[in-house]
Amino acid sequence: MLTDAERLRIEETFALYESRSASAVDGLLIIQQSRGWVSDEALADLAQFLAVSTHSLESLASFYSMIFRHPVGRHVIMVCESVCCWIAGSAELTAYLNDRLSVGLGETTADGRFTLLPVVCLGACDRAPAMMVDGRLHGPVVAADIDSILSQYP
Amino acid sequence: MMDKSTPADKPLTGHLRADGRPLGLGEYVKNGGYGALRKAVTSMASAEVTDVVTQSRLAGRGGAGFPTGRKWGFAATGPDYAGAKYLVANGDEMEPGAFKDRVLMEGNPHLLLEGMAIAAYAVGAATAYLFIRAEYRKSDQIMRRAIAEAREAGYLGKRIFGSGFDVEIIPHSSAGRYICGEGSALLNALEGERPIPRHKPPHQTSAGLWSKPTVVNNVETLCCVPAIITNGAHWFIDLARSGEGGTKLYTVSGRVNRPGAWELPLGTSIRELLEEYAGGMRTGLHVTAVLPGGGSTGFVLEKDLDTPMDEASLRQVGSRLGTGTIIVLDDQTCPVGMLHNLEQFYAQESCGWCTPCWQGLHWVRELLGDIEGGRGTMADIGLLQWHVDLIKPEHTFCDLAPGAMQPLESGLRHFYSDFVAHVREHDCPRRAAGRRWG
Ligand SMILES: Cc1cc2nc3c(=O)[nH]c(=O)nc-3n(C[C@H](O)[C@H](O)[C@H](O)COP(=O)(O)O)c2cc1C
Ligand code: SF4
Repeated sequence: MLTDAERLRIEETFALYESRSASAVDGLLIIQQSRGWVSDEALADLAQFLAVSTHSLESLASFYSMIFRHPVGRHVIMVCESVCCWIAGSAELTAYLNDRLSVGLGETTADGRFTLLPVVCLGACDRAPAMMVDGRLHGPVVAADIDSILSQYP
Repeated sequence: MMDKSTPADKPLTGHLRADGRPLGLGEYVKNGGYGALRKAVTSMASAEVTDVVTQSRLAGRGGAGFPTGRKWGFAATGPDYAGAKYLVANGDEMEPGAFKDRVLMEGNPHLLLEGMAIAAYAVGAATAYLFIRAEYRKSDQIMRRAIAEAREAGYLGKRIFGSGFDVEIIPHSSAGRYICGEGSALLNALEGERPIPRHKPPHQTSAGLWSKPTVVNNVETLCCVPAIITNGAHWFIDLARSGEGGTKLYTVSGRVNRPGAWELPLGTSIRELLEEYAGGMRTGLHVTAVLPGGGSTGFVLEKDLDTPMDEASLRQVGSRLGTGTIIVLDDQTCPVGMLHNLEQFYAQESCGWCTPCWQGLHWVRELLGDIEGGRGTMADIGLLQWHVDLIKPEHTFCDLAPGAMQPLESGLRHFYSDFVAHVREHDCPRRAAGRRWG
C-alpha cells in the first residue's frame, strides 16, 4: 500500500503533465525517497495508482539506473567510472573502497550501513576522481580523506 | 590569470559570485536581469525575437550545433492553431567530460529561467519543462528554489510584465541514463514512456511532446538568449573570434593543474585553454591529444593544439566542437585503455533499441578489453575497424552509436601503433607508468 504521504506527493505531480502516466518517474522517486528502494509490491501499487500496467512501469523502473529494485544500505556510495575519473584513478579508488568496506560493487556491507555502486558519470570531471554519497558529491577524493568522508554517514 | 575581460564580455558567467553560491534573484535583477524578458514581451513580436536569435548565429550548445533561431522558426504555426506548444530545456548533461550546464544551473539559475521564458515567448509555448539529470541534485535544488522565487516576483506565471504572455516552468528530475539527453528520448521520458529515441520524421517542432509542436534546447544555448535580446545580434557575433557567434563555456578535464570551466570567445585555441586557463599539465606529464568536445568527438593531436575551438576549425582537423568540453589524454595514460573506458560507457548506455548499437558496441567493448588486457590479436584490430565502418549515421536509430565511433575511429588512426604494441607485447606498454591514485 502506498502511504497517504506518498499518495499526496504523487498526486501533486498529476497537474504537471498532460497524462497521469507521466508521473511514473516522479512516483518511483517519491517511493524510493521514503523507503530507500522500490519493491515489487510498491511497484504494483504505484502502477495501479497511475492506471498503467505493472509491466510497463517495470520497463521504466528497470531502465533507469537510479531506481533501485533491490534493497540498499542506509547510505549509497556511487563511484564515478566516467573517462575523466578513470584517468584520475577511479579503478584504484573502487579497489580501495572494496577493501576498506569488504564489499564488491553492487553489494551492501554486512552491517547494512553502505551499498557500493558504480555510476557511469557524475558530471564532476573537474573534481575527478569523484564519488557521491546519498546525493552529496565528494571530489577530488584522495585515500587519506576516505575515512573522514565515511564517518559523515553513520 | 591574464584575463582582461569585463562582465559584459561574458554574458553567461560575468556575474557569477566568487564564493560559488548561486546568484540570487535580487542580485540578478540588479545586474539587469529579466530586462531582456521585459523587452521581448512588451516591445517585440515573437517572430522578431526569433529573427534576432537567427541573426546572432547562435548554434545549439548541446552537441549537434543546430542553428537555434532556425529551429524556433520550424515551430511556428499558423494563426489557426489553438493547441499547446512546449519548450524543453535539456539539462541531462551526461556526455563524458561535460559539466558546463551544471556550472550554469548552480551559479546563475535565473539566467536559464529568463532564457527559457524568452524562448517560450518566441515559439508560443505557455509551458516549459526543465529536464534535470538525476545526479545533479544541487542544480535541482537551486533551480527549484529559483523557479519559486521568480514566480513569486511575477517574472513567471500569468501576464508577464503586464503583457498577454503567460508561462510556467516545470522542473523534472530524471532518474539516470545518458540516452535521456537525446532530444526525442527526452520527450518520451517526460511523457512517462520508456526513454528510447523516436523516429524522425515527424520532427519535434511539428509533433513533439504529447504530439504538440516542441522545441528542445540545451541549457547553455538558452542561457545565451537574454544577452542577445538586450544587446542585439551583432554584439553577439562580435563576441566570437571566428564567424560563429558568441562565447562558449569551455571546460578542461584530465590531468591538468586546474581543471575547470571558463567562458571565452568562440574560436579560442585549445592551447590557450590548456596552458593559460587550465594551468598546463601536472608535473611530469605531457599532453598527447585531446577530445575537444566531449566523449563523442574525435582526438585532436598535440601538433594541432593551436586549432581554434569552433565548429569549422575543428572539422578541418577531423573532429567536432560537440559540447566544447575538452578531455586531455596525457602521455602516461594509455589511449587503448581510455577508449576501452569510453566504449564501456556507450555500450552500457545503449538504450537497446537497434541492433548495430546494442550488439555492435558490446563487441567493440569486448574487443578493446581483450586488446588492453594483452589477449588481443591483429584480427581483433581489424574487427574494430570493421565496426567503425559499419556503425554510421543512418545505420542506427539515433546518434549515440555513431557518436561512440568518433573517438574510436580517430584513435585507430592516430594511435595504431599503440594497438599493435598491445597485441605484440601481450600487455599494456604503459602499465608500468604507475599508480594514478592513492
Ligand atoms: C545520445 C545523445 C545524448 C545527448 N545528450 C544531450 C544532453 O545531455 N544535453 C543536451 O543538451 N543535448 C544532448 N543531446 C543532443 C540533443 O539531442 C539535442 O540536439 C539538443 O538538446 C538540442 O539543443 P541545442 O540545439 O540547443 O543544442 C544528446 C544527443 C544524443 C544523440
Ligand atoms: S543507436 Fe543505440 S541508443 Fe540510439 S536508438 Fe539505437 S540502440 Fe538506442
